[in-house]
Amino acid sequence: MFAGLLAVARRDLLLAWKRPGDVLNPLFFFAMVCTLFPLAVGPSPEQLTFSGPGVLWVAALLATLLSLNTLFMSDHEDGSLDQLLVSPQPLPVLALGKTLAHWLISGLPLVLISPLLAMTYRMPGDAMGVLMLTLFLGTICLSLLGSIGAALTVGLHRGTALLSLLILPLAMPVLLLGANTVSLAAGNEVYATGIWALGAYAVGAISLAPYATAAALRISNE
Amino acid sequence: MTAKLSGKDLTLIRGESCLFKGLGFALNPGELLLLEGRNGSGKTSLMRAIAGMLSLEKGEIYWNDIPVNRQRQEFHGALVWLAHRTGLKGDLNLVENLRFEASLRPQGNVDLAAVCDRLAIARLKRLPLRSLSAGQQRRVALARMLLADVPLWLMDEPFTNLDREGRKLVMELTEEHLLKGGMCVMAAHQDIEINVPVVRVGL
Repeated sequence: MFAGLLAVARRDLLLAWKRPGDVLNPLFFFAMVCTLFPLAVGPSPEQLTFSGPGVLWVAALLATLLSLNTLFMSDHEDGSLDQLLVSPQPLPVLALGKTLAHWLISGLPLVLISPLLAMTYRMPGDAMGVLMLTLFLGTICLSLLGSIGAALTVGLHRGTALLSLLILPLAMPVLLLGANTVSLAAGNEVYATGIWALGAYAVGAISLAPYATAAALRISNE
Repeated sequence: MTAKLSGKDLTLIRGESCLFKGLGFALNPGELLLLEGRNGSGKTSLMRAIAGMLSLEKGEIYWNDIPVNRQRQEFHGALVWLAHRTGLKGDLNLVENLRFEASLRPQGNVDLAAVCDRLAIARLKRLPLRSLSAGQQRRVALARMLLADVPLWLMDEPFTNLDREGRKLVMELTEEHLLKGGMCVMAAHQDIEINVPVVRVGL
């Protein structure tokens, strides 16, 4: 059952390995926004501590959105998406495999680099851990939600704007929960609720999004 | 009905025009279903419908007398599709592409090296596919078809980009597959010569 998931994920990781430029794009975007922001608003410590969680989270959300439109695009262009659609493996599992690879390539690096960028915002050590945890759960949610949008817009040229429009309403709770939880942690307040809520959102997305993505792929490839 | 693969009363409307209406066919092991028609007459659409990727206005495709839509995975496990676009990854080489395919569907006990020799692509094994010619890429797609252990071959314009030997090879391979009791659905413009029963569908 999970042979298809592993096969697709392995192939996409291999492809990313051969084309590192595509992988690094969202990461560069994330790093650039987060480092330019303090330069623009000035170095006052209160201001930076105050705006840090929000800026980091918005940048992570936009970086993920930026990388999503390519999720099914190359597969659509060279016909391998059609081959996946007629493969004997269950399509939701294949879709989950593709999303897993996408998250490993574009979501996980954001999580790993985030403490480094959080330092420019004078974030306390505890809050950095919370930032990493919320980004970990949040990028999983965003990749899964994005895969639905990417599947719906796969046949359209320049579907990026439409894709963002489609998934932003669903991504809003993730952004609000993530940024507020980090703010609370930075202010030494109780923050556990936000993490539980994000975790629940992630579990829900893992169990439902692959089916929606599979259905969307079938519709947009008719 | 006793045919292995059949279609009944198939109707497809695209936009304003009706591509086909009330179309039917029946295919048994060892037979070739040849879809004939001019450009844009709906050959590829019919093939996508047979593969279960396109829902028709009316009609149903049957595999073992059960509608394909109700047994999608079993049916997809019994077919391999040589589409107009090869569906191979240009950044990966031949071996990596075929290994990925092998992990998706059941493979016959056919030797990769023997298949590559037969298709004259053995010396291209380590090159990324994008550096191969269109005809060579099509030969790799043929290799994928030969390695899969499935009864039904769907071939959409299999002669595209192939040289004369390549076209002859496709006919030989199809004939061998059919003589072993396989089935083949082929869309083609040109006349083909083959020594097996042919069912013709004009579009």
